[in-house]
Amino acid sequence: MTTRIGTIFEQEFRQARRNLWVVLATGVLGLFAVALALFGAGQGAALKADVLTLTAASLATLSVYLIPLIALLMSYDSLAGEIERGTLALTFATPVRRWEVFVGKFLAQAAAVGLAIALAFGGAGLLAAVWLGTGAEGIAAWLRLMVTAAVLGAVFVGVGLMLSALAGRTARAAAAAVGTWLLLVVLYDVALLGALMASGEGTFASHVFPWLVIANPADAFRLYNLALIETAPIAGIDGLARTLPFPPVAALAGLGLWLGACLMLGVIRTKRIVP
Amino acid sequence: MTDPILDIRNLCLSFGRLRALEDVSLSVRPGERLALLGHNGAGKSTLFKAVLGFLQPSAGRIAVTGHAPGTDAARIAVNYLPEVVSFPRNLTGREVLVFFSGLRGAPRAAVADLLARVGLTEASDRTVGTYSKGMRQRLGLAQALIGAPRLLLLDEPTSGLDPVSRQEFYEIIADAAARGSAVLLSSHSLEEVQDRTDRVAILAQGKLRADGTLAELAAGAALPTRIRVTAKPGAADELHAAFGGRRVNGCRLELECPQDAKLAMLAQLGRHEHALSDIDLAAPGLNDIYRHYSGRNETEDRT
Repeated sequence: MTTRIGTIFEQEFRQARRNLWVVLATGVLGLFAVALALFGAGQGAALKADVLTLTAASLATLSVYLIPLIALLMSYDSLAGEIERGTLALTFATPVRRWEVFVGKFLAQAAAVGLAIALAFGGAGLLAAVWLGTGAEGIAAWLRLMVTAAVLGAVFVGVGLMLSALAGRTARAAAAAVGTWLLLVVLYDVALLGALMASGEGTFASHVFPWLVIANPADAFRLYNLALIETAPIAGIDGLARTLPFPPVAALAGLGLWLGACLMLGVIRTKRIVP
Repeated sequence: MTDPILDIRNLCLSFGRLRALEDVSLSVRPGERLALLGHNGAGKSTLFKAVLGFLQPSAGRIAVTGHAPGTDAARIAVNYLPEVVSFPRNLTGREVLVFFSGLRGAPRAAVADLLARVGLTEASDRTVGTYSKGMRQRLGLAQALIGAPRLLLLDEPTSGLDPVSRQEFYEIIADAAARGSAVLLSSHSLEEVQDRTDRVAILAQGKLRADGTLAELAAGAALPTRIRVTAKPGAADELHAAFGGRRVNGCRLELECPQDAKLAMLAQLGRHEHALSDIDLAAPGLNDIYRHYSGRNETEDRT
């Protein structure tokens, strides 16, 4: 079992590297992190706040858009493409278990996204800390950001792979991935904000709304990071970060549930594929 | 007699109301090469997928070395080359083989030997993207030879290959059979598999129409020899009256006669020598035999 998962992992990770996904993701994330750190340096002087903490807050908001996109792009074609190219039939003809294929791909792609995040955010954080100075609070906020960003990446790799197994065709999987990104990252927030405006102060705002926010993995990630950064300038639905009716860790549980659900559905679906 | 590696009995398989395979029975023994012929959509790929355990039969039984398809024992015994396969372009040939060796639990050390068997040693560390079609197909075949398979399933393995590559391909298959693998390969053309396989099975519309050696198939078809007679000007009517047959145009006549009556027919034609200008004989070819078994046989249905 472990050798077979290891074989799949090795192959997928090698392909992620050869396709320049790791380099590309590291470059994009690193550039944005450095740019935000420079911006934070200007802002921090005025606010008398720790630069790394401020940058972690703004980077959390930006990562919500970028990391799901990178993770979905890396994973959406993984099963659907192999069905179309015929290689999945070869793989399934060997004694490998279907779940091993799914889990091996997931681990490799999550590791590739995680590696890109570690290199980009780690490098940018180190640079900012050395140049602009920071404290224990700043380092903690930055590490939290890196770890949760990697988890967010893993969740969306899981979503992408599940969609790939469900769609079975590259074109359909691509459409599903783009739709999911728009829905979870863009439209969800707009809809929630609209609902909040319409309902005003009431049960919805205090009891339903917070749960709806952490039900979305992207929002849960941002909320968790912002809630733990007291000096972060926040707006929109992130105002919730100050009035959470539950501990911020609960937001991480939301991410965990998404991950578990996607892996389970993906494996079930992969078992039904006729390659 | 040795036990068959692949034993299919009364296999039926449907997709909804479409009956893709109906009551198909065939078997392949160790070292035997069986060619499965049929049109597109005749059910060849479906049969392969059932043997691999990807599709569940609605009736009948498949046994691979005595095991049900999809079980570990069956999966280890069967190696497969699909009709269309394109390996990741950014991996080298060696990496592709190492990957499938890993999944099959076969030693990595054997990869170099596999590459040598299909003549890809030189190209083994180049990426698949740089390979020609023939090289990619040979890489696919090398993949199918991993771990000394008991049964090789090759789905139209030579479609699109040039004659030289095709010849090399069949030599590798013969070599695998000589090592004891049972081979089931599908093809479109009887001409291609003649002399390269031991037995031929013909599938049409999901039913097995024939199963035997080429000689048996030819005898079973009992196709008539076609004699084309060209008459001297004005003599065509006389010949038509004497022999019947089909008028092709003003001076030509097409006759059909069973193999064993050929000589008698020619002798009889000789008696009308004064009316003949030319005689052309056409023995039934492989394509005729194939068409006889696989064709929709409209003429037979009508009579």
